[in-house]
Order: sequence, then C-alpha cells, then structure tokens
Amino acid sequence: MSDVTDDHVYLSLTEDHGDSDARWAFGTGFEDPLHGVDTAVPATVDAAELAAYCLALGDDALVGAQRLAQWCTLAPELEEEVALANIGLDLLGQARLLYARAGQVDGSGRGEDAYAYFRDAEDFRNVRLAELPNGDFAFSITRLLVLSCWRLAVFQRLAATAPDPVLKAIAAKGVNELAYHRQFAADWAVRLGDGTEESHRRMRAALAGIAPYTAELFVSRPGFGVDPADVREETTAVLQQVLDAAGLELPEAGALPGQGREGDHTEHLAPLLAELQSVARAHPEATW
Amino acid sequence: MTTSQGAQSDGDGAEQRLQEQFDATIAKDQRIEPRDWMPEGYRKTLIRQIAQHAHSEIIGMQPEGEWITRAPSLRRKAILFAKVQDEAGHGLYLYSAAETLGADRADLTERLIEGRQKYSSIFNYPTPTFADVGVIGWFVDGAAICNQVPLCRSSYGPYARSMVRICKEESFHQRQGYELLMTMMRGTDAQREMVQDAVNRWWWPSLMMFGPPDGDSPNSAASMAWKIKRHSNDELRRRFVDMTVPQAEKLGVTLPDPELRWNEERGHHDFGTPDWSELKRVISGDGPCNEQRVARRRAAHEEGAWVREAATAHAAKRAARSARAQEAQNTQEGTAA
Repeated sequence: MSDVTDDHVYLSLTEDHGDSDARWAFGTGFEDPLHGVDTAVPATVDAAELAAYCLALGDDALVGAQRLAQWCTLAPELEEEVALANIGLDLLGQARLLYARAGQVDGSGRGEDAYAYFRDAEDFRNVRLAELPNGDFAFSITRLLVLSCWRLAVFQRLAATAPDPVLKAIAAKGVNELAYHRQFAADWAVRLGDGTEESHRRMRAALAGIAPYTAELFVSRPGFGVDPADVREETTAVLQQVLDAAGLELPEAGALPGQGREGDHTEHLAPLLAELQSVARAHPEATW
Repeated sequence: MTTSQGAQSDGDGAEQRLQEQFDATIAKDQRIEPRDWMPEGYRKTLIRQIAQHAHSEIIGMQPEGEWITRAPSLRRKAILFAKVQDEAGHGLYLYSAAETLGADRADLTERLIEGRQKYSSIFNYPTPTFADVGVIGWFVDGAAICNQVPLCRSSYGPYARSMVRICKEESFHQRQGYELLMTMMRGTDAQREMVQDAVNRWWWPSLMMFGPPDGDSPNSAASMAWKIKRHSNDELRRRFVDMTVPQAEKLGVTLPDPELRWNEERGHHDFGTPDWSELKRVISGDGPCNEQRVARRRAAHEEGAWVREAATAHAAKRAARSARAQEAQNTQEGTAA
C-alpha cells in the first residue's frame, strides 16, 4: 500500500505524463495504435483494396461497439455490465487499428476519427446485422453470438494468411478477444435457451429477427481478404453446436436485397451515426 | 467463529472480553476481519457506508455513461467507456465487501431502488456538455480520492483492501479528466467556454461531497472512534481546496468563489460556504436528477429480472441433469458389479 498515501495521489496530477506512461488506462493512452509495426504495403497488395477491406471490418467493429455502449447502465446484472463493456472496448480497439491502417494505405493520410466521425451512413460498409437496434438482452446476445462466430472465423484466417503484415497483426490480436466474446455469448445463449419458458420464447424471437440478416454475412466477395463464402460452413457449424445445447434452431430465412458491404443499410444506421458524430461535427475545428 | 459455546454460556463477561479485544485491535491500528467479533453498531455502520459507496459507483455510471455514445474522438470514447466499466467493477468489489459483513447484494439493490439507501448526492446533477466528463474526472474523482485514500487504512480489512484498488483506478480517472480539460483549454473558444461553464456548475456540489460541516455530521464521531473514517469532513474539504487551486491556475479556469484566497497565516486557502440547504434538498431527493437516476437503475433491474430468473433456472436444471446422470452411472456400475 506504500504507493497509495494520502499525499502523493494528488501531487501527481499536475506532473507531466507522457503518453508512454504505462499506468494510463489500458488501450487508451496511445496516439498511434500501429506504432512500431512495419507499415509498408507489400508490393503484391493492392492498396485501395486493402484500405476498403480494413474499412469494412472497422465499420462492423465500430457499429457493434456503439450498440454495446448503448447497453451501459442497463445490463441485467453488474457482471454483464462489465462484460458487455469489455466486449465493446475490444471492438472499439479493433475499429481504431483497422481505421488507422486504412488511413495509412489509402493515400489520404486520414486518422481514425476522420473515418468514424466524418463519413455518412451511405459511406459505411458494415453488415446490417451490426446496426440493428439492441432489442432485449436475448436479441443482443444472439446478434453477438452470430457476429462473433463469424468474425472469429474471418480473423483466424487473416491471422494465418493475410498478405498485409499489419492486418495480420491486428487479426492475431483480435482472435483472442473474439474467442472470449463468442464464449460469453454462447454461455448466455445456452442459459436463456434452456432457462425458463419466457427466456426460451425470447431467444426464439431473437433468432427469427436475426435470421434474415445472416445471409449477407456469407455472400461471396472475391478479391482482397477472406472470401466470406469460405467461412459459412465453419460459422454455421459452431452456431449449430451452441443452438443445439440451447435447445434452439436458426430458422430458415431468405436473403434480404442489398448488402451492407455495398453501402445498403437499414433505417437504423443513420440515427446511430447521428448520435455518435454529434459532438465531433458540432465542433469540427476542435481537438479532443 | 467468535461466538463459541463457552462465550455464550459465559454471558456478559465474554461479550465484554470480546469488546476489549476488539477495542485493542482498533487501538493498535490492526485490521478487523470478517470472522472476528465486532460490535453490532460497527457492523451496521460499515454496511451502511460500504453499501452507499457501492450504490454511488453504480449510480455514478449514469451521468458520464450518457456520453460514451457521443464522445467526440475514438480515443476519448475508449477512455470513457473504460472508466465507466471500472465504476461497475468498483460497485462489484464493494458489494462483495458488504457481503462479508452478512449483507446481501440483491437486498442492497432493492434498498437503493426503493430509496431506502442513499448514494452520493453529486450524481444527482446533470451532464449537459462533454466538458462535464472532464470536470467530473477532475473534481468529483478528485474529491472521491480525498475521501477514499484514508479509507485504505480503514479498520475493516475487506473494505480497506478494496479501497486500495479503487483508489488506484480513481487516480487514473482523475488524470484522464484533467488531461481532457487541458486539451480542451488548448482548443477553440467554444471549448474553453464549455470547460469554464462546467467548472462553475460542479465546484460547489463537489465541495459538498465531503458532507455537512463537522458540527452537523451525525455519524462522524462513532466512525472516527472506530477508525472506519480517519479525517473529519471539514479537514478533507480543506485539503481538496488546497490541492485544486493550483491545478485550476495551471488549467486557466476560474473557480467560482469570490472569497477564495490564500491565507498565509493558516497556511491554507480561505473559501466561501457552500449552500448547505441545497445539499439537504438534493440528499432528501429533490436534486435535479434524483428521480431520473433511480428510475433508470430500477428499470435496468426490473427489465433484467427475466434474465436472472433464466440463469437460476438453467443452473438448477443443469444440477438436476448431472445428478441424474451420476445416479444412472452409479446404478449401471452397481448392476455391472
């Protein structure tokens, strides 16, 4: 306890603390998230394709983090409050790294905030499942389960084979996080599916609501990165295993027209972004 | 256990010896632990204080939590999200510390949402701008640190230990808040105005966080004697003012108190008297956001009831299934033998 005395805590406040100070809150003390990684784009990689790919994965993460932030102070129990914030923070961290990479390689030199705060809904490339409103806890858990199974399958492949070393490093870091997200969501899906009649009914409703938005996760997109069609089998197998344990089924549903990856969105994205961007856009000259 | 058979049959004499032992532990500045004997008043006072502290952490998530979705940069968003998450974590440790005294978290939550237990009145003020996030970090977390650092030496072990961890995290939060304000003061005129406005609104409520003046603080004397509390309200308030004034100068903001000046003779700052009638109003439920804060906590708790019930039902079913499986295995083994 020697480092917590009555006098020193306060005195430390006006001292200068560089961003390198290791005691700064985890993951929030750095200006350049890719500091120290070789950021040259390999000759075999098309920079525009790489940037667009990072942006799409970054948008999934940012929009997902924003939805999780909306749970803050509303979770059913304090342990879930902490866990949902943890997952939101992981996704926010992934978005920041991916945006930073996009800004390095697309030639614009934009920073993470330019992508998050100064693009409109039609410029976002997230899948629509990420932007749907939170609904009840069953809906949020089911969405998290589907998205984390899917994203983990993508990140595992990127961590093994991405031709860009920075994206590969980002994916490798994300794999551990996503494995935890999937476990958290799977545990709750089983509890809720198996728990009471009401929780089972709510899980069925959540799956029915989510089903139409799952097809676009696996639409083939040849070109840079992992082809989503290649993760369909693994993702659905894992989901099946969890749903079996929960006594639930993913209902059949046709694919909706359009794709988030092409800039097609539900009516829910624009208000989400309006909230996210409100202060930044009210003070475009400000630094924070 | 402390109430051994001998102690019970021995009646008052044993009780007196336990009390003497307890008093000696306190006098030697040693810790009381959950299994030690303690006077009922000590236990009740601690449960009340720790529960209020836990409630404050949980209700305290709301005023800043509202800004996570609107934080104007991704870095600030991450800092704020992590801070509010830390507060949920602090609430968890503190409820656990209260449980070591025989309290029950669900029961304490009921008391909070029914208005039978209090939380820090500071969280009943609104947060209209993003500068409030910085000023809460600087003043409110700063005042909390002044109040809480001495609690790391509180006589009750589990409370003292949770306070060590909480104080470390609070000091991150305070620096983050101050650093946000520094950045904003270097920014646009509009940002500087936001900071000064937030300072004007939060200064007096922050001074009130140390509680009523010493002459008017009903629970203080016993808490001081038991070393649950180590400094008087007025002492801590004075310390906070002395520490904050140079920080305000460095930041370039004006603290809204015309009576504030250095007193060479006393070696402390003189400062004005907070409006104690306002503190009474806010504590008694009439602050700007009391209803809103409790209503949100109640709604979260009630809307989560089906989730908690499902988790309990699933755990019971699982236990029953594994008991049946065990029985079946035993039967099978029995048949095989």
